[in-house]
Amino acid sequence: MPNTKRRFFVRSAAVSVAVALGATALAACGSSDDDSEAESGPVSLTYWTWTPGMDKVVDLWNKGQGKKDQITVTVKKQASGDTLVTKILTAHKAGKAPDLVQAEYQALPTLVSNDAVADIASEVGDAKSKFADGVWQQTTLGTDAVYAVPQDIGPMMFYYREDLFKKYGLTVPTTWEQFAETARALKKKSPDTDLTTFSANDSGLFAGLAQQAGAKWWTTSGEKWQVAIDDAASQKVAKFWGDLVKEGAIDNQPMYTPAWNKALNTGKQIAWVSAVWAPGTLTTAAPDTKGKWAMAPLPQWSQSENVTGSWGGSSTAVTTDSEHKAAAAKFAAWLNTDGDALTALAKESGIYPASTSAQLSGAFTTPPDYFSNQPDFYTKAAEIAETTAPSAWGPNVNVAYTTFKDAFGKAAKNKSDFVSALTTMQDDTVADLKKQGFEVSE
Amino acid sequence: MSSLAVSKTGPAAGTTPGTAQSSPPLRRRIALVPTVTLLLGAVYCLLPVAWVVIAATKSGSELFSTFTFLPGTGFADNFSDLNAYRDGVYWQWMGNSALYAVLGALLSTSVSAFSGYALAMYRFPGRQAIFNVLLAGVLMPPVILAIPQYLLLAKADLTDSYLSVLLPQILSPYGVYLARIYAAAAVPADVVEAGRMDGASEWRIFTRVALPMMVPGMVTVFLFQFVAIWNNFLLPYIMLSDDERFPITVGLQTLLEQGANTPALYTLVITGAFLAVIPLVALFLVIQRFWSLDLLSGAVKS
Repeated sequence: MPNTKRRFFVRSAAVSVAVALGATALAACGSSDDDSEAESGPVSLTYWTWTPGMDKVVDLWNKGQGKKDQITVTVKKQASGDTLVTKILTAHKAGKAPDLVQAEYQALPTLVSNDAVADIASEVGDAKSKFADGVWQQTTLGTDAVYAVPQDIGPMMFYYREDLFKKYGLTVPTTWEQFAETARALKKKSPDTDLTTFSANDSGLFAGLAQQAGAKWWTTSGEKWQVAIDDAASQKVAKFWGDLVKEGAIDNQPMYTPAWNKALNTGKQIAWVSAVWAPGTLTTAAPDTKGKWAMAPLPQWSQSENVTGSWGGSSTAVTTDSEHKAAAAKFAAWLNTDGDALTALAKESGIYPASTSAQLSGAFTTPPDYFSNQPDFYTKAAEIAETTAPSAWGPNVNVAYTTFKDAFGKAAKNKSDFVSALTTMQDDTVADLKKQGFEVSE
Repeated sequence: MSSLAVSKTGPAAGTTPGTAQSSPPLRRRIALVPTVTLLLGAVYCLLPVAWVVIAATKSGSELFSTFTFLPGTGFADNFSDLNAYRDGVYWQWMGNSALYAVLGALLSTSVSAFSGYALAMYRFPGRQAIFNVLLAGVLMPPVILAIPQYLLLAKADLTDSYLSVLLPQILSPYGVYLARIYAAAAVPADVVEAGRMDGASEWRIFTRVALPMMVPGMVTVFLFQFVAIWNNFLLPYIMLSDDERFPITVGLQTLLEQGANTPALYTLVITGAFLAVIPLVALFLVIQRFWSLDLLSGAVKS
């Protein structure tokens, strides 16, 4: 009997070795196709994007200009967020990233430092004039290279319940000083109502507020990164919100929760510091209060200033894995500068375009449905967008954002010191940069 | 409450029925502590399911404003919206999930049965080593393998294909482990020996004698693997870029994460999640009768 057993084992071992060999052989032929001189003839590109309705916009290209140039683009719809950056980097590691990717501005340095997106300055450099300087600068990272074409932006604004402001006798704050006064006045008149909340879940919101105050979190000098998350401007912003939370003038619960939706919908929170895309969020979060909100510029740090930060926004980048960079760059430029494309993007996808001329185009003559009471919504929005302060992102925004959530989450819950939370954020970000092998000057 | 009260008169709640030292109880007593614990456990498990079912009936404006467990009026609208989303891509996802889960679980179960039986019945050099490696595999969460598996399949040019999701899920260390334990317990060595005496080939003994004895165990492996694949997120997320090949888990995420300027489609996601649970429930109800676990049922957790 042992003989039979032995034979059985040997046979199965032989089979599995054969399978393994087959797999290696397969792998060997898989990695050998490398045709880089495909400049003429039809080209087909893949595009990872999360924008809803993007396939319809891309259809315009495939049937129009793309057909002429023999460049066909296929949309592969993805989920947005940090996970997509990881997915792109993983695919890039295997040399399999798509030709085009949608990337949020703060993710670009990460993609650039991993050599995942290509410099397309020679192909799209002319598009610079179509965008505000502060927007364009986010895609160059302050270098001569251009790593993406801006698609949409999220200039920050102040949203408030017009009817309830009247009811409580409040005026719309134009400075942060007045904002704090308004919060206190409201607390006095209606102790159960909050002006707004400080959300420790939304790192992007805090980053935008710091940006408005003049913070530049990541900068480079020579080959070294400089991290200034705890600079004076950011400390000012952290202290301002920390004090409001501490004295109980505003709420300390996170945004984008069912409880927050309810608070907005029932008038328990009557204002929201947000960005141009707020109407979409309000439509689902507070459906019963449609037509009762109004938009105003963000409060300023001093009466004479007129700046805003940005929260959100994304760009179209060409990957280094693409074998047709020129064709991909051509499409990226068309998508974000062509009038028809931008109108379609606004209509099909509801984005707010980065291109300055598109911000006042036909698609934006009527206000969003939710804000039908404010006919000049988009004229005002375009004026505000022009005042966007430049932003400075680094290669590990995700780490800074995660520590923000932890440190500020704790501080907001305990109503403790926000400035020391900011220091934690600074220290962790610097430590991570060093660990990743970047040179950091202190 | 009367029956609960009866149990209090017994010796102590929680003792095994039939071991009472005093006069034998007239009625079957209910052990209070285990019953309450199980009831709490059931509530804990069923509440979220109830939430999904009820939330699926709410329209967008009702979702966050009405009482949590008050049914809404929007189910038909939610359903038709989900149907219409990107020309019914949801059903494509559902089909993909079914394909991955059915085929993957079947293949995985057969691989497990073969290898489990071999490990339990044959003595060969390296057997213990293989088994130890397998145990290590059981302890390793499959999540951390997803990225290496992606890089491996990328070398073979198989990413973004149905195979890329199926292949890595065919070998389940846990399934092999279960099959080995079950084969050792359910297939007596004497029976195998008797088969050999009668001149049956090893293959014949396995298919005709051992396999029928292993069926209940294999049903368990199938179910576990089916549920694991159906619920798997990271592997298909990393492997696939074409949303026509997404399973439900990855597909629904694209409805939630549409970028900052587009609100998440909560009602569609909840309705989609609700519909995605139905096949699992149906599967369990149908397969339950093949599933007499006895010795495994206590030791096994998903």
